[in-house]
Order: sequence, then structure tokens, then C-alpha cells
Amino acid sequence: MTDATANSSPEGAGKASSILVPDERTRKRNAAEARFRLYGLIAVGIGVLCVIALLVSIVFNGVGAFQQTGYTLQIEFKEEVLDKSGNRDLEEIKTVKTFAYKPLLREAVLREIQARGIDTPLAEAKVKGFSSELDNLFSDGAVGNLRNAVLANPDLIGQTVELRILASSRVDGYLKGRVTRESIARDKNLDAVHLDLVDALRDEGVVSKGFNLAFITGPDASDARPEQAGMGVAMLGSFFMMLVVLGLSLPIGVAASIYLEEFAKQSRLTDLIEVNISNLAAVPSIVFGILGLAVFIQFAHLPQSAPLVGGLVLTLMTLPTIIISTRASLKAVPPSIRDAALGVGASKMQAVFHHVLPLAMPGILTGTIIGLAQALGETAPLLLIGMVGYIASNYPGSVAEGFLAPNSAMPAQIFEWAKRADPAFYERAWGGIIILLGFLLTMNIIAIILRRRFERRW
Amino acid sequence: MPSLWLVLIVLALAVAGYVIGRRKALGSAGGDSRALHSLPSYYGSNVAIMTIVPAFFIMGVWLLVQPLYIDNQISKTLPEEAIAESSTRGLVMSDVRRVAEGLDIAVAEGAMTREYASNIRSEFTDVRERLGQVGVALGSEVDHFVLRAAQQYRSLANTGQLLMTLVVLGAATAGFAVSVLRTNAEFRARNVVETAIRYLLVFAATVAILTTIGIVLSLVFNTIEFFRLYPARDFFFGTTWSPSFGGGSELGVVPLLWGTFYISLIALAVAVPIGLFAAVYLSEYANSHVRSVAKPLLEVLAGIPTIVYGLFALLTVGPLLMKVFGDEGIGVMQAGTAVMTAGLVMGIMLIPFVSSLSDDIINAVPQAMRDGSLGLGATQSETVKQVVLPAALPGIVGAILLAASRAIGETMIVVLGAGAAARLSLNPFDAMTTVTAKVVSQLTGDADFASPEALVAFALGMTLFVITLGLNVLALYIVRKYREQYE
Repeated sequence: MTDATANSSPEGAGKASSILVPDERTRKRNAAEARFRLYGLIAVGIGVLCVIALLVSIVFNGVGAFQQTGYTLQIEFKEEVLDKSGNRDLEEIKTVKTFAYKPLLREAVLREIQARGIDTPLAEAKVKGFSSELDNLFSDGAVGNLRNAVLANPDLIGQTVELRILASSRVDGYLKGRVTRESIARDKNLDAVHLDLVDALRDEGVVSKGFNLAFITGPDASDARPEQAGMGVAMLGSFFMMLVVLGLSLPIGVAASIYLEEFAKQSRLTDLIEVNISNLAAVPSIVFGILGLAVFIQFAHLPQSAPLVGGLVLTLMTLPTIIISTRASLKAVPPSIRDAALGVGASKMQAVFHHVLPLAMPGILTGTIIGLAQALGETAPLLLIGMVGYIASNYPGSVAEGFLAPNSAMPAQIFEWAKRADPAFYERAWGGIIILLGFLLTMNIIAIILRRRFERRW
Repeated sequence: MPSLWLVLIVLALAVAGYVIGRRKALGSAGGDSRALHSLPSYYGSNVAIMTIVPAFFIMGVWLLVQPLYIDNQISKTLPEEAIAESSTRGLVMSDVRRVAEGLDIAVAEGAMTREYASNIRSEFTDVRERLGQVGVALGSEVDHFVLRAAQQYRSLANTGQLLMTLVVLGAATAGFAVSVLRTNAEFRARNVVETAIRYLLVFAATVAILTTIGIVLSLVFNTIEFFRLYPARDFFFGTTWSPSFGGGSELGVVPLLWGTFYISLIALAVAVPIGLFAAVYLSEYANSHVRSVAKPLLEVLAGIPTIVYGLFALLTVGPLLMKVFGDEGIGVMQAGTAVMTAGLVMGIMLIPFVSSLSDDIINAVPQAMRDGSLGLGATQSETVKQVVLPAALPGIVGAILLAASRAIGETMIVVLGAGAAARLSLNPFDAMTTVTAKVVSQLTGDADFASPEALVAFALGMTLFVITLGLNVLALYIVRKYREQYE
């Protein structure tokens, strides 16, 4: 490099240069070397730190969603309230609205207060009436759950049963540390008296946190009931979408790759297809959403918000990924396989379908799973075809409904929760991410295992 | 669902055809498969393919064309006075379709008889209420033009359905009959089947072209529609973005482009140095041990869905930045959602993108060039800076361009992390918004494709598509043009 000129410069000439004692310039160069190395290390460090920060923040914020606060109460299903005529006629029991179940809850919690001798002003709260101060302790959905339990099993009427009653999201937040006494000061739903009662009940073991199965299997809930919101229905929506994506993109993708890799001659059409595929792989996902909206909904009048449409859009998005990986694994099958098949009299088509394709299958499946994992996490196009909002609140009734009825998908559900005003939904959103990442991790691990076990190297 | 039944019937016919074709071929060869031209299964497949393919092709085309044709016919018969002053033909037609759909549902649920639905008169019956009972909500009273048109619509659709069933079944039977008749020992079934499969393969390959055409057409048509309602000049050069669905919106794209550009710039400023240095370190310095841990760990970032980054921006990075730059800190930041928040998080997302692309490119530089440089006495960093990086430069530029195109097209991070206000500002701690975020906000919810406020999303999508496509093409061009030099 430039050393030669440096050593012959006037300053350097005076000193005896030695390989044992590094001169000024060498030291400088060595320092630059060390610095450069350090920059690289820092860059890697920052990258790794980002991964850790992201994962820690997901786990730290999200695990709370898997636990839910509830009261263990003795509920007395009074016959005179729920079934006045006493003949257990289901139609008559259905006429009793959820409102009538409220006093049952209030009585149950008052009984606990008395039995355990808790000193609270709320002990004087009224039991009858439209609203009571005690109601703020419970989720708005708790009475609905009681009513459903009675409708499912009318024999409950007249009995006293120990049940777990869902707490309101404020109480839940208090036990999880999200809601504090300072933050409650401006809150009209709950005041310090309630929190004192909750503290006392917790010491007695009446209020406790338990595993929240409803979050994983349950439907979404309205703005006022974050404690009841679940991922279950959105998960089904994602599942039906993935069925569509798998059912369409795997055959189309494999067929297209076989044509391009094995049969296509260099022609203008082939070139056009190749350019198209590589460009489609880089088109922003939102543009696919616009395509889905314009073609599938505006033009073809397919139902809005349906997993079928979502699946079609994601299929178009996933195809380039699958085609690229399938072509790579077809290319990896050595030509000798084809030659041998052709040599014993197979047609070109037979050689490909009977010999090349089975050998390339592990690679194709790996690519497909990775493509599906990408599709599973995609949000933006789903927003455009209407897979947001409160639509994931009912389970689909049949398989056809699963494809055609409005539904959400896991990432769209997470987005929906992130947009809502109540911070209790943020916990749900993080929890949803844990579930989503769980699925992605499983899929990627399956892909890795497939590749390790079945991929042959020639 | 008659279409579903039709599909099942055709499929059943195909299965029967497979068995019959196979048996007939064997029979014509006296039960000795060696006397056949092709394997027996090919004869069966031939019949099955000839049954299915033409029938399904006709059905697909029919299902696409029929609604268009009916719309066109009904639209022609609608008299001028049926279209109210504030309305358009398109809006009335969507009313017609909705009423027709409602009548279908009412008939299916047994709330009306078939004859009643086709003779019902709006003068005597409150159609809106009757349809409301079966769960079809209509926006306004049904006037008798719309009702007449809806009834015509239904009768045309019924006729069309019937015709389609006949034609499809006819095609399936004809294909079946012809192929069975042609089946005999000399028939070259394999060649026919293989040609058919070949065409299917070609068709699958053209799906990519069809997708591109679909994207371009859906963008172009709606964009033209938009420019008819809103002057293109104001769109491209307007500096105010304030849509209001009541009318009188200003839809200038400049603030959105500026927001997109600013956020992408910050993202690249984060991702390029970190990604590049990480790639250099991992490929030139790190031992295999470090490499095997750090590389997959960085690639985890690439596998995480963007909604996760969006939430990370909104709930973790935003509040964190607020603590430092907000009112409690320096006081330059108003809210957690800002250009800086979205840019930083997007930068994190792009790190693995830049690093793994650059890694591949750096590894592709021949080892001999490094050895030559080291042999002349250069240190390792001098080799990297003056030999490896210049050699890899075109590839790295390509990678950065691809990353930029990613950043521009990214949606969820900016929707959640960048705020909603469109403004032209230099302060990176201001909330701004991007093209993608506005596409989402203009098209989510009740999309009525007649207003410029909804149609502008297509013009925005077009802008986005053109920019990202341009960047991708440029990146590929640079990579292709200069890659050969060192190989």
C-alpha cells in the first residue's frame, strides 16, 4: 500500500525502522484496524440487542393475557328470580334477561364479605335495582355467562354452586399491577373503596388469578369488555385462510415451477413470466390488498371480510415465494436422475412426475411452510378487504361459513386490539402476538426438521 | 348451491369416465395391456380430463361474464327518471343488486314464495320492511323502478343459471362421449394426456402474469376514475392533505410522499450502517462459532410479522422516546407516535434484510482478491474498505435499494407508529403519515367506490406501485450489470 512512500518520507528517514517496535504509522493502522473491528462487533451487538429487546418486551407485556382474575363465589340460583312458574320450561327461562342475574352476583359477594367479616362501606351497597356499586367489581359479561350456564343446564336453578366469576378489567389490572391507586383517582368506574375490598378478598383467597383459557379459545368482545376478549375465532379465520392458501398456492406454485424449470424453452413468454415472478415478490403487500379489493370484491362480488377472499389474496402473495423455492429444489435434483428415467423409456412427463418431483418434495414442502408462515403474519392486505372490526365475535357455524362468513385473522385481531382506547386491550394484543409467534415458530421448526431429515445432497 | 352441485356432478362423471375409459381400452385390446399404445390408466385419465376441463373452463368464464352481462342489460333498461338527482347509475345499480339479493334470501328462507317475489309491487307492499324481517337492511325505501329492475335481474340471473347448467353439463357429456368413443388400443392416450397436462402447467405459470395484469388494471381503472373526479395536478402537486367525506377535500400527495421519504430515510440510516457492519464482521472477522449464533439470531428479526413491529413501535419505542424527548425530557416530542418512532423500528426490521443480502454479496467476492491485498501488506480492515467493499459495491447498492423499496411499501409499522396527521415538517419528532397508511385509512370501513376520498387510495396505490417497481427494477439492473465483473 502506501507504506513505501511513508518510510521514505523525511521524518521516517531519521529513525531506524524496526519490525519489533511499531512506528507511528503502524500503530495508527493497527488502531484503525481495532476500531473497525469494534464497529462490526457493535453493529452485531446492536442487532442482537434489538432481537432481545423485542422478545423481552413481547414476553414481559404479553404473559399477563394468559392469566385472568376471577372471584370464586357461591352463587345461589334462586328459583323465584329465574323460573317463577317453577316448571323448568326452557322457553320461559329464556325470557329472563341477563339483568335479572345481577342481584345473584351482588348477593354472593355480600355473603363473602359478611362471612369473612370484611369491613367495607360496600357491605351496605344495595342488592336490587338497575345498578349497584358492586357491579363494577364484575365483568359486564359475567351475568351473560351465568345465564348461558343456566340455559345449558336448567337443573342449576334452586341450587347453590361454587363458580368462578370473571372480574372487571380494572380489578384484573389492579391485581396485575397495570392499574394503580393513583391511576384510579380519575376513574369513575372504580374507586379506592373497591380496591380495599379487592385487597381484602385477595387475602381471603376469594379473588385470584387463574389460567385464561378463554383468551386462547374465546371470541373477541366489545370495547367495554376487554377481560372477555379472546383469539379463538380469529384463529379459526386464520386457519381457514391458510387452508385456501395451501390448497391453491401449492398446486399452482409447483405446476408453474415444473413448467419453468423442466419444460419451458427460452422464449419471450418464459422471460415475461420470470420477470413477473421476481417483481411480484417485491411488490408491497398493501398493493395486493388493493388488488383483492378491486378484483375479488368490487369486480367479482365475493363476500367482504370472508376468509376465502383473504386466502385468495394471500395465495397471490405467497406464490412467488413458493415458486422461487420450488424451482431451487427442482434445480438441485441432478440431471442424471432425469437421464436415467428417460433412458429406460419414460416420457419427459413421466420422468418429472415419477422421479424428479418426489426427490424435490422435501425442499418444496419446506418452501411452502415458510411461505405459509409469511402469509400467516401478514396484516395489511387483510385490512383492505375488511377483516377488521368486531367481526370475530361469533364462531362459524359450518365449514362453508368458515370460508364465507365475515371473520378476522390473528394479525388483524391484534391490530384491532392495538387500536382500541382501553390499555387493557394492549395486554391482549401482546398476548395475541405470543400466540401468533408460537404458530410461526412451530411452522419454522417443522420446516427445519423437514429439511434436516429429508433433504438429500448430491 | 346449484354451482356446487354442478361441480360435483361433473366430478362424478369424470370418475365414471376414468373407469369406463380404462375398461374400454383394455377390452379393445382383449384384456392384454401390452397390446395398448399407452398404459391403461392414461386412457382413463384421457376421458376424465376431456370431461372436466372444457366443462370447468366454460363454467369459470360463464360465472365471470354473466354478472357483467346482466348488469349491462338491466342498466340499459333503467329509465332516466329512476336515477335521482344526487345519485348515479352505479349507485342505483348497487341498490338493484341488493334488493335482488334480498329477494333471493327471502325466498330461500321461505318468507316469500317464488311467485310472490317476482310479482311483488312496491305500490302495495313495504318491500323494505319485508326484507328487513329476513335480515336484509336497505338504506332507503325501494321505489318501483328499482324493484322492477331487481325482479328483472333475478329472472335474468335465473335464466342464466339454468343455461349455464345445461351448457356445462352438455360440454361435460360431449367431452365424455367423444373421448370414450375415441378410446381403442391404437389411440395414443399418453400423448394426449401429456399435452393436456402441459397446457395446465403453462396455465399455472401464467398466473403470475395474470396477477400483475390484475394489479395494474385495478390500479389504472380506479386511478383514472379518481382523476375524473379530482384534478391530477392538485393530486401530484397539492401540499395539503385533508380528506373529508362530506366533500371539499384537499388531496395533495406531497405531504404523504414527504412522510414516506422521511421515515424511510431514518429507517435506512439505522439499518444500512448496522446491517453492513454486521455483515462485514460476520463474514470477515467472526469465527464460525460466533457466526453460527449471531446469524440466525439476526435472521429472527426477518421472520417476525410486521404487526409485531407496529405494536413494538406504538407501545414500547414510542413511550420510551417520549421519556427522553417528550415534555419530561428535552421537550421536542408531542406524542409517542412520530417519524422517529416508526423510522427506528422500521430500521430494526430492515437490519437482517440488509445484512443477509450484503453477506451473500461479500461472500461472493473471490478469496484471491483478499489474499492479494493481504499479501501486499494491507491490514484486514484496509482490505475490506479498499478491496472487498468496492468489489461488492454494486450488489450492496442493489441491496440498499431493495431495502428502500421495502421501507416505502411497509404499512403496519407506520399505521401504528407514525401518527395520522399529514404534515410537511422537518422535525423528526413530529407525527407524520405515509402513502401506505393513508391507503389503509381511506379504504377501511364502508368503502363506497364512487367518492374521490375512497378512490384516492387507488391513486396512492398506483404511486406506491410505480415507485417500488422502479426501485426494484433499478436494483436488479445494477446487480445484473455489475455482478459479472468478478466472476
